[in-house]
Amino acid sequence: MDFEIPRVPLGSWIEGGLNFLTSEFSGVTRAISRTTQGGINLLNDGLMWLPEWALMAIVILLCWKLSGRRLAIGALLGLSLIWNLGLWNPMIQTLTLVVIATLVAVLIALPLGVLAAVSDRFYKVIMPVLDFMQTMPAFVYLIPAIPFFGIGSVSGIFATVIFSMPPAIRFTTLGIRQVPKELVEAADAFGSTRSQKLVKVQLPLSLPTLMGGINQTIMLALSMVVIAAMIGANGLGSEVWRAIQRLRPGEGFEAGIAVVIMAMLLDRLTQAFSGRKKAD
Amino acid sequence: MTDTQQTKIQVRNLSKVFGNDTKKALELRDEGLSRAQILEKTGQTLGLSNINFDVKEGELLVIMGLSGSGKSTLIRCLNRLIEPTSGDIVIEGENIPQLSEKALLQCRRRHFSMVFQNFALFPHRTVQMNAEYGLEIRGIDKAERAKKASDSLKQVGLEGWEDAYPNQLSGGMQQRVGLARALANDASVLLMDEAFSALDPLIRRDMQQELIELQHRTQKTTIFITHDLDEALHIGDRIILLRDGEIVQIGTPEEILTRPADEYVARFTEGVDKSRVVSAQRAMRPVRSTARFDEGPRTALRKMAENQLDSIYVVDRERKLLGIVDADKADEAAKAGLDSIESLIDPDFPYVGPDEPLASLYAMFSGKSHPIAVLDDNKRLLGVIVKGAVLEQLAQAGNA
Repeated sequence: MDFEIPRVPLGSWIEGGLNFLTSEFSGVTRAISRTTQGGINLLNDGLMWLPEWALMAIVILLCWKLSGRRLAIGALLGLSLIWNLGLWNPMIQTLTLVVIATLVAVLIALPLGVLAAVSDRFYKVIMPVLDFMQTMPAFVYLIPAIPFFGIGSVSGIFATVIFSMPPAIRFTTLGIRQVPKELVEAADAFGSTRSQKLVKVQLPLSLPTLMGGINQTIMLALSMVVIAAMIGANGLGSEVWRAIQRLRPGEGFEAGIAVVIMAMLLDRLTQAFSGRKKAD
Repeated sequence: MTDTQQTKIQVRNLSKVFGNDTKKALELRDEGLSRAQILEKTGQTLGLSNINFDVKEGELLVIMGLSGSGKSTLIRCLNRLIEPTSGDIVIEGENIPQLSEKALLQCRRRHFSMVFQNFALFPHRTVQMNAEYGLEIRGIDKAERAKKASDSLKQVGLEGWEDAYPNQLSGGMQQRVGLARALANDASVLLMDEAFSALDPLIRRDMQQELIELQHRTQKTTIFITHDLDEALHIGDRIILLRDGEIVQIGTPEEILTRPADEYVARFTEGVDKSRVVSAQRAMRPVRSTARFDEGPRTALRKMAENQLDSIYVVDRERKLLGIVDADKADEAAKAGLDSIESLIDPDFPYVGPDEPLASLYAMFSGKSHPIAVLDDNKRLLGVIVKGAVLEQLAQAGNA
């Protein structure tokens, strides 16, 4: 006797849901798309408008001020190499995407993180969601991005935001929950309101942890905007993608090395920034 | 402490159960079950059970108990850092457990400031900003809060440290900041939760002394939590002894030492150096006879002979003590034919107030053989203390 368990049509359910969302909320997605594209263009044009040497000087100065001579020299060498390889414009495009994706991710993550810190119920709801977001293979986010926002950088940003947001939420929650109970009690004892407690005690004290989260988000965003080249996001990722399609390992590695240089600079800079905050 | 003082806070039938079925736990308690039995039956911890006491305006009240006695819970119930399960806490007509969230904030701001065991200073704020915290959240304007904070920092001896961060200060100084933060707020009650327990012994002694002086100066109603009986006896006007969430005894340090309510308190107080707490009054004896300054030497001699004394206290018309006259000198004067002992009076005699601790009397007995006079505030003679009586009192207190 043959008894077959029917296959759960999980895929078609998800597709149905996505179709519903794209058709019903096309107005919203189009508006988001326009605004995001506007932001991308603005930032990109601004960064492009600066001559290469000027932007380099700014970055080097920042490295020197925040960290020290070693990072400044590293920045000089790294950025010069990128310029020399002719990857300056793709790098700026990538930087633009990383900055905007990080901004959006942090703007969403901060309130969610705070909420998860103060409400145990919300914490229990959001933690499995975050696990899901982080363990789902990154490529998968690219697929629904296209029907929502079409091929291009906006889709790339959408996927990047989803992929890079979890650590910012987690670290915000962790940072606030780590504030010593005694200090929260002291704030309460003097009659602080919830928001006073948050603004004057909990957030300032969780700042180092929070900055750690933002650092993670930037790193994840960088790795994702490179992958997002597959759905048409500009930048170093599309250089790598093109090299793969044309089987040009040399060009691929050149762009790859540029990504590594960017990653190191962004990482050291944000770390130096949060480290300085801590010492204050 | 006199009974005429106004009551600041009334605590009535205060109970706290930790757990989620608090009603059941309280029912079992009312049926007479012990804390351990309730824990076993319901899994609920009876933190405080039927606590009743008054806090008087301007007093320094110490709540003392070992760890797990519920003292931290009790102090936190007062300002609802911990929600009481049942009972009333009335301060100036407001019943704290029934206040709305908003009213509670106002109540905390107006009535309570708190000093914590591990200081709980805000590490991201300077000393000055820490001291300003309570005023800042109340929306006091900048100039005023800066002034109030500076004043209170000055009071605790931290002038010149305003711009330092807490981690740059020693433990003792950090707790001074904690105290300044509480004082700046100008709340009507100061809550101190094991405030000196984290300090090393020498600094601790200093801080206790400073607190006593500060409290006498400002007359701020203070509730001080400690697990250290010596500390409680040293600083407390009155002491509440707590055990297993219940009050065992309320009384002055002397009452606790000399009339312990039960075996537990008695055992507890065994190791204490009682001479520091028992007062001169207890060793005092009535004066058998005094002479007036305008009496003749023969009268004085007769009084001494009648009472087998070799010297006599001389008082003026208002019974104010002037000094002491030796039998030898009176004898010489009588032989010389003087008609008043006034010129014989030795104004240099040992005396103490009635509240002087016995410990400080030892030293006064060395050298001179005179007894020690006990005088009231108007220099009137209340009684005398002889060496034997001090030793006797100490021996008794030791056995109590």
